[in-house]
Amino acid sequence: MQKAMKRYAPLFIMPTFAAFLIGFIIPFFQGIYLSFCQFTTVGNAKFNGITNYVKAFSDSFFSHAFVFTVAFALVSIISINVAAFSLALLLTKGLKGTNIFRTVFFMPNLIGGIVLGYIWQILINCVLSITEKPLLALNTSAGYWGLIVLMCWQQIGYMMIIYIAGLQNVSEDIIEAAKIDGAANWRVLWNVKLPMVMPSITICVFLTLTNSFKLFDQNLALTGGEPNHATEMLALNIYQTFYARAGAQWKGIGQAKAVIFCIIVILISVIQLRSTRSKEVQQ
Amino acid sequence: MKKRVISHLFAGALVVSLFAGCGASDDGKTEPSKEKSDTKGSVYYLNFKPEQDEDWQELAKAYTDSTGIPVTVVTAASGEYETTLMSEMGKSGAPTLFQVNGPVGLANWKDYCYDLSDTDIYKELTSEDYALKDGDSVAGIAYVIESYGIITNKSLLSQAGYKPEDIQSFEDLKKAAEDITSRKDELGFSAFTSAGMDGSSDWRFKTHLANLPIYFEYQDEGIGTTDAIKGTYLDNYRAMWDLYIENSTCNPAELAAKTGDDSRNEFLNKEAVFFQNGSWEYANLTGDETFTDDELVMIPIYLGVGDEADQGLCTGTENYWCVNKEAEEADIQATLDFIDWCVTSETGTKSMGEDMGFVIPFKSAVESNNLFVKQDAAMTEAGKTPVSWNFPTMPSEEWKNGVGTALTAYAADQSDTNWTAVVSAFVDGWASEYELANGQ
Repeated sequence: MQKAMKRYAPLFIMPTFAAFLIGFIIPFFQGIYLSFCQFTTVGNAKFNGITNYVKAFSDSFFSHAFVFTVAFALVSIISINVAAFSLALLLTKGLKGTNIFRTVFFMPNLIGGIVLGYIWQILINCVLSITEKPLLALNTSAGYWGLIVLMCWQQIGYMMIIYIAGLQNVSEDIIEAAKIDGAANWRVLWNVKLPMVMPSITICVFLTLTNSFKLFDQNLALTGGEPNHATEMLALNIYQTFYARAGAQWKGIGQAKAVIFCIIVILISVIQLRSTRSKEVQQ
Repeated sequence: MKKRVISHLFAGALVVSLFAGCGASDDGKTEPSKEKSDTKGSVYYLNFKPEQDEDWQELAKAYTDSTGIPVTVVTAASGEYETTLMSEMGKSGAPTLFQVNGPVGLANWKDYCYDLSDTDIYKELTSEDYALKDGDSVAGIAYVIESYGIITNKSLLSQAGYKPEDIQSFEDLKKAAEDITSRKDELGFSAFTSAGMDGSSDWRFKTHLANLPIYFEYQDEGIGTTDAIKGTYLDNYRAMWDLYIENSTCNPAELAAKTGDDSRNEFLNKEAVFFQNGSWEYANLTGDETFTDDELVMIPIYLGVGDEADQGLCTGTENYWCVNKEAEEADIQATLDFIDWCVTSETGTKSMGEDMGFVIPFKSAVESNNLFVKQDAAMTEAGKTPVSWNFPTMPSEEWKNGVGTALTAYAADQSDTNWTAVVSAFVDGWASEYELANGQ
């Protein structure tokens, strides 16, 4: 049986591998190649060296988008994870109606980003208009905090479920042992529960980090980058470069930005994975 | 042993079914014009206007029925034309007929444009002006002419004590609008619908209204395009914008979030007299019989510049047909025959004129039933000069967005500083965007 499995393995792997090759590997490398070209469609690319990269780096809106994205990612990672973890703690205490609350908190995650963006745009604009502040299209800070509120609202429920699963895995024995040794609730949380749920934290931080960097739908629907690109994040900036600009050079620049973006996201998530992994403990 | 045979068979069957799965999904994605009909060629039209999708499908069917040449019409979703075109162009079986919006759009696609200068359709044009040229070659042919101005509700205007004929200049318009605003509570309606600056509506001001100062400057200089605009008539632009936002249905600070639908609904609900928009709105306004032709009139957008008595509506086009020169020879010929048939045959011209409501700039065009289009013709007949569409020469979409953002900020707080920002986006933005768009 073992032998037969080995013999047929390539045959079984092939369809998936072919799909992976066609759907991912080839486009990925073609994308990298295109970032060194001037092109309108992928068929008529002309090699033009690193011009695209030079232009991408000298685009002030792109660097602004980077700073904005980092600022957004920092605040949203912390707020989402802290809130999700606190909710998870609350909802593993065996309170009445726990299941209803879990469902309710998870629900925003089921709504698509564009829809959420428009709903929040209307809500925030109403509040701004009542308080006689400039509306979203003119208000950078409202756009920034609006994005954060929106992302928290959408993501907390999802991360909460992961934390709940992690917390339920912490064995009662260890907690009891800690309590017998005289540990107060805080200490149990800090020195027992947190290290034990480190794998969940790794996953949640990874998910929120990459989600924040790749955020697109919500950004497009809520602010559209207004006013004047001030609330534009990296993904939206790349999209706008690629599609909203007329002229032969822009596609290549957009592609170069996309490659830079890809490298940034990979680098940051690898660093993050390493640093949180190292804090994980063996059960 | 038997067991092994069965397991081999089972494994084989599984793999085959996996491959079959792949194959099936590939088949499902056949390109629209892949079914090559030998030497006759075929047409694949990527249509820009979703409103006319149904009419195009019918017209294509009629053509196929009479000639046997397959015509596929695919309509890109609203606002997704460039995206769709780009991905379709990269495929085999790319569109043979597509459209660009003028010189700026042409910059993207000129490598794909077949030179139409020797074609029948080019000779059918009523005026050279409707051809989009790239150097000496004819890259595009305008297929629809549209007009815009200030659509006016005649009954409300007469309730306020004015007739459309009373408004012959910017001063007249200002007087009427300010009078209506001062009696707003008593009359129960406002002068202008909200000048919304949401993405669905801001083009009316950052593009269409902005056309007027550009038009008059081009007239002064005797040019048709420029790499640096001076902004001679921006003060008039400001006066007009002030008029729109101060005499509207809502507080200027709320304009940032007002949409095109808001504005149209205000007009349909008779909450305002004036509505700046174009002939393409005709169907929306008369569709549910909210308005009859008698109740509507389109007046020119007066800016207080030039010979206002003889100024007509803003008339022009930003819809040019281009034929894909990368397509197969037979397909190119089929496409040329198809568009020629559309604008010369009875079925074609009738469909374009009556069903789609287009005014087509071709010799055998039938008269459109669109009221605003008829008014434009009548005004031109009466010796008024139509204002041409110069916004296709605006350097980029980015320039329009810059002006739009500055206008929105100015609407929220009408200070001189904010207007300086509009002027800067208009003048400096033009130069820098022109440089970026044409730098290479």
